[in-house]
Amino acid sequence: MLNDITLGQYFPGNSPVHRMDPRMKLILTIAYIVGVFMVSNLPGYAIALAFLYLVARVSGIRFAYLVRGIKPLRFILIFTFVLNLFFVEGETVLVSLGFFTLTLEALRNACFFAARLVFLVMGTSVLTLTTSPIQLTDGLERLMKPLQRFRFPAHELAMMMTIALRFIPTLLEETDKIKKAQMARGADFESGNLIARAKAMIPLLVPLFVSAFRRANDLAMAMEARCYRGGDHRTRLRELRYTKLDLYGLLATAAFIAIIIVEGKLLG
Amino acid sequence: MANMDENRIVASHLSYAYPEAERSAVKDVSMRVKKGEFLAILGHNGSGKSTLAKLFNALYVPSEGTVWVCGLDTKEDEHVFEIRQHAGMVFQNPDNQIVATVVEEDVAFGLENNGVEPALIRVRIDEALRAVNMSDHALKAPHLLSGGQKQRVAIAGVLAMKPDVIILDESTAMLDPSGRQEVMNTVHRLNDEEGISVVIITHYMGEAATADYVVVMDEGRIAMSGTPREVFTRVDEVRRLGLDVPPMTDLAHMLRADGVSVRADVLTVDEMVEEVCRLSSKI
Repeated sequence: MLNDITLGQYFPGNSPVHRMDPRMKLILTIAYIVGVFMVSNLPGYAIALAFLYLVARVSGIRFAYLVRGIKPLRFILIFTFVLNLFFVEGETVLVSLGFFTLTLEALRNACFFAARLVFLVMGTSVLTLTTSPIQLTDGLERLMKPLQRFRFPAHELAMMMTIALRFIPTLLEETDKIKKAQMARGADFESGNLIARAKAMIPLLVPLFVSAFRRANDLAMAMEARCYRGGDHRTRLRELRYTKLDLYGLLATAAFIAIIIVEGKLLG
Repeated sequence: MANMDENRIVASHLSYAYPEAERSAVKDVSMRVKKGEFLAILGHNGSGKSTLAKLFNALYVPSEGTVWVCGLDTKEDEHVFEIRQHAGMVFQNPDNQIVATVVEEDVAFGLENNGVEPALIRVRIDEALRAVNMSDHALKAPHLLSGGQKQRVAIAGVLAMKPDVIILDESTAMLDPSGRQEVMNTVHRLNDEEGISVVIITHYMGEAATADYVVVMDEGRIAMSGTPREVFTRVDEVRRLGLDVPPMTDLAHMLRADGVSVRADVLTVDEMVEEVCRLSSKI
């Protein structure tokens, strides 16, 4: 059931983008998103698209695959689009129907807002498609490490993410098992309206939660038995190192942002 | 402690009560695990055998009495992590003790916690995975492995820390017969080849029959102890404690009841075959 969501899936590979340091990829993804949000005209979006296409090519991900990743978000997209259409004020009236007026500014705004969302999703997809969950949590942990001085629980957050990732398949499998067991006892998960179906989930969710708590208890004991004592003095099997690839990535993204800024200045 | 070179774990008049529990789960237990020994702890549910295991690596601290692991008192806080490194533990549910999303990362977990250098971690996990025959699966996701394979990964995780004792707390209980065999073969090999002491908590008599020494727990106390042969020949006593005897011992017992004069202390199929051959050659 999670098969059609591109965001958060990893595509194993050995491209230059795959081999980049996860910390750098995280930073550059954020930089890219900031860049996209600075864009305010059509040619700017064309540049953002071209850059994304280039990165996808280098990382060996089919661009069509990235585009398909937007599909699960179509409702949010339409929703924000329509919302912007109605609630942005403007002067150039295109259509006027009673109390509702559609202005050119609103249309423009709605289009750009939708485009930003699309770029945001596609940009982060490139990150998650080329970076394994472990690298991602590793990168996050190390990027947030300086914040530990201000009592920010960087290690704990990363550990939580790792454990969550580790247990997703286990819990999915268990959900399936409980579902079948309840169906064998006559439970009906499919028919009825939304409320009836939500109610039908109770016999599924209660055992699932009970088992998740038991698992958490077991895991805590097992981690303790293996000398777990938090993030202090902990070493890691994989050390992260910046390489030339990261420099190239940095330069490419810097160039992208520079072009966006210049373009914005030139075309207003 | 006397003779610490020979004893890996020494328990002296050990008692433990869970917080807010009325009765002690373990009462006045004294025993030891020798260097290179393969020891089985038996007992029906609630006999205190799992609690005993958790007392052996400082997950629980005794209410009374003392446990020494490689000469270190588990009551002393500063030794806790050293003790857990000496006495590694493998638990029952294979899914609930694997932390990382990649096999080799999980094996590295204990070493990372202990602050071992990355280069040395790499060497140790390669060794450990080889020792449990899981090198080919080093980069796999744990949820794609079979139960027996997951338990072997858990053993590798313990092994990477170079333990003196491995404690298996019903680690085969949730596995199918072939997975059980995989795990038992692995720990026996580690016991034979590396001289690592093994403590298995189990209710499979067949597994206990392969041990050097057997301790039977009942109501938190040691009810019987001795070599498997000594313990299992007392068939009626074992049964009274709510346990079975190994299938072949059972068979020998029944044959003797019917007047067939096989030895009473038969434990394995091979021994039974030998006995039957000896008898038939007499006829």
